[in-house]
Amino acid sequence: MKLDPKRYAEMTRNATPHSPVLKDCLWAFFVGGAICLLGECLRQFWLQWYDTELAGTLTSISLIFLSAAATAAGWYQKLGAKAGAGTLVPITGFANSVVSPAVEFKAEGWVTGVGAKIFIIAGPVIAFGTLASWVWGILYWVSTKF
Amino acid sequence: MQFFWAFVVGGAICVIGQLLIDYTALTPARILTGYVVAGVVLSALGLYQPLADFAGAGASVPLLGFGHLLAQGVQKAVEAIGLPGIFTGGLTAAAGGIAASLVFAVLAALVGKSRDQN
Repeated sequence: MKLDPKRYAEMTRNATPHSPVLKDCLWAFFVGGAICLLGECLRQFWLQWYDTELAGTLTSISLIFLSAAATAAGWYQKLGAKAGAGTLVPITGFANSVVSPAVEFKAEGWVTGVGAKIFIIAGPVIAFGTLASWVWGILYWVSTKF
Repeated sequence: MQFFWAFVVGGAICVIGQLLIDYTALTPARILTGYVVAGVVLSALGLYQPLADFAGAGASVPLLGFGHLLAQGVQKAVEAIGLPGIFTGGLTAAAGGIAASLVFAVLAALVGKSRDQN
């Protein structure tokens, strides 16, 4: 079989595994989607008894509890190695970022270890989130004056 | 149908995060922070509530939803009590999630052992 450059390029393309980016994105999509689907199931469950706002809060708390349990058992990190942003972006990823350092820095003591390191990632998230909402609050307050 | 859209919208929001990981040098902490701030901005522009109505947990579970919660909390507090609401509204709305994370993290530290993160 004679190989011209065009044919060779085609064979290379067929033999190369799919781009890691595509694989990463599929993992992120299905795992992230599954966590949100679980969230929707929990939300519908809480909606049987509570209004939308409280049901939303209870959904978050339920997911955070599940994430904390999975993190303490070491499962969440294993899933995260494959799922990337699929386990990072949902609120379970936020919970994982609080639970992981809490467990990890236990060796450095309860105050300077667990207490100080517990918000090592969640701290900036809450700080800048609160700051942004404060700025929005001022803008909204000004808008209500007209 | 709500379940389907929760899956698809939630998954799509995670794919955006994955593209940020693969194509930029952003660390997870920066991505989470960016998502929350972006959620506040989208909510302030009035774009996030329609998505939340449509996709339910698909919009509220990703961290963008946390930003939406902060922005909505501030807005409601400003409507109820005026200017002091800019300080109280956000964290009041987010209190459940933050307190739950803290409490469960300390409980996990009580029972858990330090382990290799890999």
